Amino acid sequence: MTDKILYDLRGVSKEFVKGKEKITIFDNLNMSIKEGEFLAIMGPSGSGKTTLLNLLGGVDKPTSGEIWFNGSRVDNLSESQLAKWRAGNIGFIFQFYNLMPMLNAERNVELPLLLTNLSSKQRKERVAAAMELVGLSDRAKHMTSEMSGGQQQRVAIARAIVSDPKLILCDEPTGDLDRKTADEILSMLQLLNRDFGKTILMVTHDPSAATYAKRTLHLDKGEFVEKELTT
Amino acid sequence: MSDLYLVYKNLTRKKLRFFLTFFAIFIAFLMFGALTAFDSALNAGVELSADNRLISVNKINFTQPLPISYVRKVQTVEGIEAVAQFNWFGGYYKEPRQQVMTFAVDPATLLAVYGDDIAIDEERYDNWQKNQQGILVGKAVADLYGWKVGDRIPLHSNIFSKQDGSSSWAFDIEGIYTAKYPQADTNSVYIHYKYFNETQSFGGNFIGWMGIKTLDPKLNEQVIKAIDDMFANTPFETETVPEKAFNQSFIAQLGNIGLILSSVVFASFFIILVIVGFSMALAIRERTNEIGVMKTLGFSSLRIFKMVLMESFMLIFLGGIAGLFTATYFLGFLNNAPQFPLPDLILSNDIILKAVAIMVFLGLITGIIPAVNALRLNIITALSRR
Ligand SMILES: Nc1ncnc2c1ncn2[C@@H]1O[C@H](COP(=O)(O)OP(=O)(O)O)[C@@H](O)[C@H]1O
Ligand SMILES: [Mg+2]
Repeated sequence: MTDKILYDLRGVSKEFVKGKEKITIFDNLNMSIKEGEFLAIMGPSGSGKTTLLNLLGGVDKPTSGEIWFNGSRVDNLSESQLAKWRAGNIGFIFQFYNLMPMLNAERNVELPLLLTNLSSKQRKERVAAAMELVGLSDRAKHMTSEMSGGQQQRVAIARAIVSDPKLILCDEPTGDLDRKTADEILSMLQLLNRDFGKTILMVTHDPSAATYAKRTLHLDKGEFVEKELTT
Repeated sequence: MSDLYLVYKNLTRKKLRFFLTFFAIFIAFLMFGALTAFDSALNAGVELSADNRLISVNKINFTQPLPISYVRKVQTVEGIEAVAQFNWFGGYYKEPRQQVMTFAVDPATLLAVYGDDIAIDEERYDNWQKNQQGILVGKAVADLYGWKVGDRIPLHSNIFSKQDGSSSWAFDIEGIYTAKYPQADTNSVYIHYKYFNETQSFGGNFIGWMGIKTLDPKLNEQVIKAIDDMFANTPFETETVPEKAFNQSFIAQLGNIGLILSSVVFASFFIILVIVGFSMALAIRERTNEIGVMKTLGFSSLRIFKMVLMESFMLIFLGGIAGLFTATYFLGFLNNAPQFPLPDLILSNDIILKAVAIMVFLGLITGIIPAVNALRLNIITALSRR
């Protein structure tokens, strides 16, 4: 872990309007995330974990406040600028894998590379390396609908790392998996953090999942309660 | 992998849906190709009729005769290049259903008026001209009955009979003519007026109508007036009209086929619009979550908009091109069928261009609403709707 700050949230507030009601999720939230962290964000359902991840991933905008990434402000970028920024900097992993059912495993992994200008040979190499890393080289041509949940999540991990982003955002990555498979996936994330230097932000409500992270933040009523774990 | 591959995979992921929509489009364009070619063949006589040709018929109606002396008189009218004469023979080959479109003409003037349509070897034409019992046969008829130059064939008339009481004439095939351009007609045969006139028992020296070639289309009006004035207030008044107008009124008697055809085609395209538009909208709705994921990964909304539009275009063009190809084969098959009564049915560049324009239109209309929906789709909404 370096001391370089990757994310900086300054006075971030987020409100939703539901009918006449105004729901405040965050009010003047401040936090920073350093490069190379493996951070788990915990909290009960409805505490705003997904909302926070959406803000960090630039798919949602704060009602007020600023979000800085790698020294530049991102919350005021346009929709298409944000899309470019996400493609270049962030890998996403979802609870329900969110793979494309009409594509086989390796084509799913190749998908983010359509947003780069790599040659098709370079793409093939990248895809093969990512598939190798998640241990699915022999399943490259399989359809993901014929795979187990754990295998699908490994395909999703390969897709998240194939374009070599600095940061990986995971929303309940083990929420749909059994204990043993969940542990495999979490070890894989740990490996990506430890050996490949990826910064990982993981939202979870599973305490044992959080034990894989280097640091855990507890989100409750829009506030963070920090708990440093032994590293 | 490219965007096009993604589009193709999206299009074909539901095999049955893809097949049904493809098939509907295929049928619509097959119908469009075949019917439009049919319509254009029907109208070929009109479209292709030379501007400098007139038809002069009996004013009562065109089945009434005119005296043969009219031909010589009309030849003297200023602005005329040549005058041909026709008698409808009412011919058939062995049985009445084997109809042969037979005209008694003067070989000396036929080619002078219709030389732009009829292609025939000069020597053969000469031979025909010299042999009063000779007959000049169109290629379509010759192919149908397997006739060759040198054959002697009988033709019956269902109108006339010979002085000896029989209704069967014998002719020597002296030449087989072809068409100078693809859609010109080769379904007619020509016999000598002189032979016909001298052998039939009906009372002679009458012709059916005259085909007239003017020196210049600009003179048509003046020539028409001169001819009709010349025979005004005689027992056989004439009505002279441009060939185009004559053919047009002839086709009009078959009913407005063009309107019927275009209604059928229009209805089928309207159905396509509804079916494909609906299924595209449904398909994109079902993919809401996936589109949200694509956007999250960094695909721009514009790129996704284009991909959805490409999908509807791909569907319409696959079905449309397959339909047109099949139409071409189908028309070729019809053209080669014996006893096919029309000039060649052709998918002209004009028809293909029209079809492509319709494809573009259909692709745009069926794709635009789902494409705009995909463009506007918000990631948060898309991903929470699962
Ligand atoms: N788009 C939205 N519109 C209105 N309310 C929302 C929206 N997204 C989330 N919320 C509300 O914000 C709160 C936090 O949601 P979320 O971030 O999904 O929580 P978590 O992921 O921790 O379960 C919930 O009460 C939820 O109903
Ligand atoms: Mg959540």
